[in-house]
Amino acid sequence: MASLLEVEGLRAYYGQTQALHDVSFSLEAGGITTLLGANGAGKTTTLRAICNMVHTEGSIRLDGTPINGRATEAVVRLGVGHVPEGRGTFTNLSVDENLRVAAYTRRDKAATERDREMVYEYFPILKARLTQQAGTLSGGEQQMLAISRALMGAPRLMLLDEPSFGLAPLIVQEIFRIMRRINGEAKVSMLLVEQNAALALELADHAYVLETGRIVMSGKAADVKNDESIRKSYLGY
Amino acid sequence: MEQLIQQIASGLANGAIYACLALALVMIFVSTDHINFAQGEMAMFSAYICWQLMQWGLNFWIALPVVALISFLIGVSIERIILRPLHNAPVLSIVVVFIGLLAIFHSLAGGIWGHTIKDFPSPFPKVTFAGSGYIGPHQIGMIVVTLVLLLALFAFFRFTPLGLAMRAAAQNPTSARLAGVRVDWMLALGWGLAAAIGAVAGSLVAPAVYLEPNMMASILLYGFAGALVGGISSPGGAVAGGFIVGVLENLIAYFGNLLEKSSGLYIVGNGEKLTVALVIVITVLTLKPSGLFGHVTVKRV
Repeated sequence: MASLLEVEGLRAYYGQTQALHDVSFSLEAGGITTLLGANGAGKTTTLRAICNMVHTEGSIRLDGTPINGRATEAVVRLGVGHVPEGRGTFTNLSVDENLRVAAYTRRDKAATERDREMVYEYFPILKARLTQQAGTLSGGEQQMLAISRALMGAPRLMLLDEPSFGLAPLIVQEIFRIMRRINGEAKVSMLLVEQNAALALELADHAYVLETGRIVMSGKAADVKNDESIRKSYLGY
Repeated sequence: MEQLIQQIASGLANGAIYACLALALVMIFVSTDHINFAQGEMAMFSAYICWQLMQWGLNFWIALPVVALISFLIGVSIERIILRPLHNAPVLSIVVVFIGLLAIFHSLAGGIWGHTIKDFPSPFPKVTFAGSGYIGPHQIGMIVVTLVLLLALFAFFRFTPLGLAMRAAAQNPTSARLAGVRVDWMLALGWGLAAAIGAVAGSLVAPAVYLEPNMMASILLYGFAGALVGGISSPGGAVAGGFIVGVLENLIAYFGNLLEKSSGLYIVGNGEKLTVALVIVITVLTLKPSGLFGHVTVKRV
């Protein structure tokens, strides 16, 4: 399969501090890849680097096109949907307005309307809450809204930053189930960052493990899951 | 009683102008967290451009949209050229830039058009009508134009995708970028809109206060007071605040005069109107910094 995303020798900096050291990985079109690792390993930074939200060096290619150095909004317009850490809800806007902003760059009215229907089908609760101020939604609903916002941009690649964070296990299961459906039905490739390694390895088909800004191992999700020494030394379960 | 109504009516008319300026201040504040101290001088400069166009033979109602457009472009340019490089600068540097802009527009206007007071004809017909003893046609015109402007802005922010994108960019720039919104341009647009609103305010108030480089100095103070009373983060509140301050300054002076007449005791009068505005600013900042209508963001706990 062709690589949708190719990252080579990626370094990222917060001011003077280097957060990523020569990170390289690739992501197959149509698949779900997960980035695992402990707190501060550089998972979130990697996602931010792809969208040029931190200072980066190295090469990032989307479908062969170099995207590093492009403004965040330009990367997004190329078909990258970023579900950020903390969900990034527009708390003062209504649910409907949140979804409308998410489709701001699109001019294809009919397709946008279809995507809207698709979002309602995945997350019926959002349709019931359309006029509600988004800040009043529950954590789970806000996470659903965040995924929906990314979907409304008609992405080819979705970057998901800890979608399970702070949510009840039942809600997490529900959200992960729908993520699998989105991947299969809407043909959206995914790069998933998770602390909950067991959950992520369940969903993903490929896994990379980050430690202090470096990739320390990679492989098929099933292999990583079954390798006890990796689990014990890096994933803590 | 007649005098009281008259005072309230003229307070509303002045309030309309304060409301416009307050709105212009809010426009920039919500998107950048800065108070543009040069807002008044920019409005004054726009009024001069309007006057110049009229000198060249343009009708006021043609000149006004032209001036609004020119001011919009000036506002956008200021953000793109002067403030853009200062995006990560400390707030004090930006305040200094605003004061610099204030001085530049002030002396530019004086340099180009001179410091002598100029007559600025009212665009509204001088007609008499029932109740014209209380309020003149120009005053009614100021109120109407302001309200139309507000309605147009409300519709823009509420119903257009661009307006929505501007609100989103102001509220959460990072998420707006992730939705593909060009946040930098939204800030510039906010500056442009503020400058255009200021242009309308300046051109409308010029016939009432006469045209000269200092004309907006005290009006900007009232604009500040209005924005603070209503809540500097709320456009609707700023407008209400502008009207409240306009009426309040007249009422306080009116009752001050009344008191002096009846008891001979002079506390406040027409001379202290500006002081009243400053007292309002300080009172609001100490007692209720978010203003009367400043929204309290709903948060889950």
